[in-house]
Amino acid sequence: MPVSYAKEELLAVTIARLIGDARHVAVGAASPIPAMAVFLLRERNNGMPRVSLLQKRSGNPFTEGSRELFDLAGQGRIDVFFLGGAQIDGDANINLVEAEGRRFPGSFGSAFMYFAAKKTILFREEHSPRVLVKKVEYVSAPGWSPPEVERRGGPVALLTGKALFAWQKDKRCFRLESVHPDSSAADVRANTGFDYDAPAAVPQTAVPTPEELVSIRGPVARVIAENYPGFAKRVWAA
Amino acid sequence: MNLPANQTRHLAGPDALAREIPDGACIGLPPDYSPVAMEVVRALVRRGAKDLKLIGVPVLGLCADILIGAGCVREVETSAVTLGEAGLAPRFTEAAEKRRIKIIDATCPMIHTGLQATEKGVPFMPLRGVLGSDLVKHHPDWMTIDNPYAKGDPILLAKAIVPDVALFHARWADEAGNVWVGRRGELATIAHASQACYVSYEELKPGDMLEDELLAPGCIGAVYVTAVAPAPRGAWPLGVPGAYGIDDAHLTRYARLAKTAEGFRQYLDEFIYKTVAA
Repeated sequence: MPVSYAKEELLAVTIARLIGDARHVAVGAASPIPAMAVFLLRERNNGMPRVSLLQKRSGNPFTEGSRELFDLAGQGRIDVFFLGGAQIDGDANINLVEAEGRRFPGSFGSAFMYFAAKKTILFREEHSPRVLVKKVEYVSAPGWSPPEVERRGGPVALLTGKALFAWQKDKRCFRLESVHPDSSAADVRANTGFDYDAPAAVPQTAVPTPEELVSIRGPVARVIAENYPGFAKRVWAA
Repeated sequence: MNLPANQTRHLAGPDALAREIPDGACIGLPPDYSPVAMEVVRALVRRGAKDLKLIGVPVLGLCADILIGAGCVREVETSAVTLGEAGLAPRFTEAAEKRRIKIIDATCPMIHTGLQATEKGVPFMPLRGVLGSDLVKHHPDWMTIDNPYAKGDPILLAKAIVPDVALFHARWADEAGNVWVGRRGELATIAHASQACYVSYEELKPGDMLEDELLAPGCIGAVYVTAVAPAPRGAWPLGVPGAYGIDDAHLTRYARLAKTAEGFRQYLDEFIYKTVAA
């Protein structure tokens, strides 16, 4: 019997699969869905991976202040990080500054973390030609670097509200991996401003299992509500 | 660079601190999750401060949005301006889109690195990453060099940042002029790197916290602190970890009101020009 789930829950379980067996995941400002994914993994795997939640209101993991996340990443101690963008392009460049005359908050630590974290998962719920563009108007952080530039890590995947793409570093091009149940390969093509590779038959993104939903709506929801109260109210309003 | 060795002065309150910060000053501010001196920010608005430059260490939030909306700000250098869960900072966003203030975009660790250079009294400090970002093209003080220890290895330099003023809020100050900020290391960095450091505090402790082995590691020593003043609940509507939390409902209300110039004016009248008991 099909179970009903919220879109946020589908995205969180997809991110959890992408994180895989990382040892240390850092979650930046205003990222409740990636945070859900990490806490889901921790429920399942006896408290692994370690999570550094930048926004954590109590019991924050850092004792040196906000520069510690960047120092950790600079040393190679962060395996997975998340970035989004007002615009994301087919070269995996992200823009957090300005687009179409509109000002966005700014680049945060992206220009550093995209290089320093071993893997970055790009995540943006809105999947439209406005967001997924051929070329970003402003490069907050580049998706790739020329060989002479020291770079530990970079993008591995792009997850949106419609689909999951894998980043092909050697071809410098995204590949469509799966589409979510309420979308289709044609819908994704029509709403993506950049070109990408796709298999002839595109699989559907795996939906949350009943066990995953029990974890998400129990212990995961509780820790999310402490740190992202507005988000928790929206998703699990009861 | 010649930074002062202070004899901390104890002032009467937030308005006295705000009077010490001159128009045109370059102020280093912590993010909203580090205790912010919101009561002093309100006092700056009341005294009609002008032409301030704000440096977000490493990002800015409500303090900056209010100061920008009230016309106190000429320029910001920051990695972002955000109200967190309450969304975009509306007065910043409008001022940016209408080009009313100058914005220098940065990225968090470059701000920290620039301040750390000042802490050490050196003119610059290198940082990995960032190369290829448009931030590098537009930032006036960043420079790429070839690593002198390994040729063919480009690396970015942050020029030392020296704010005129550090401004933040602390859980405690003591009679000796030390302030306790706990784990909020960015506050120590701003204090160390600034020409003057003004701190509002929740409570005054008798004596000298540096005599207490448990409190001392969370302290910024008086040598860095120009003046302190009491401001109970002085971070409201933001929080002080361990004392009181963020007033999320108020932030949501602010974000809604500040969407329009008229709504923002109404907010100023209600919460800043009329003294309000938090």
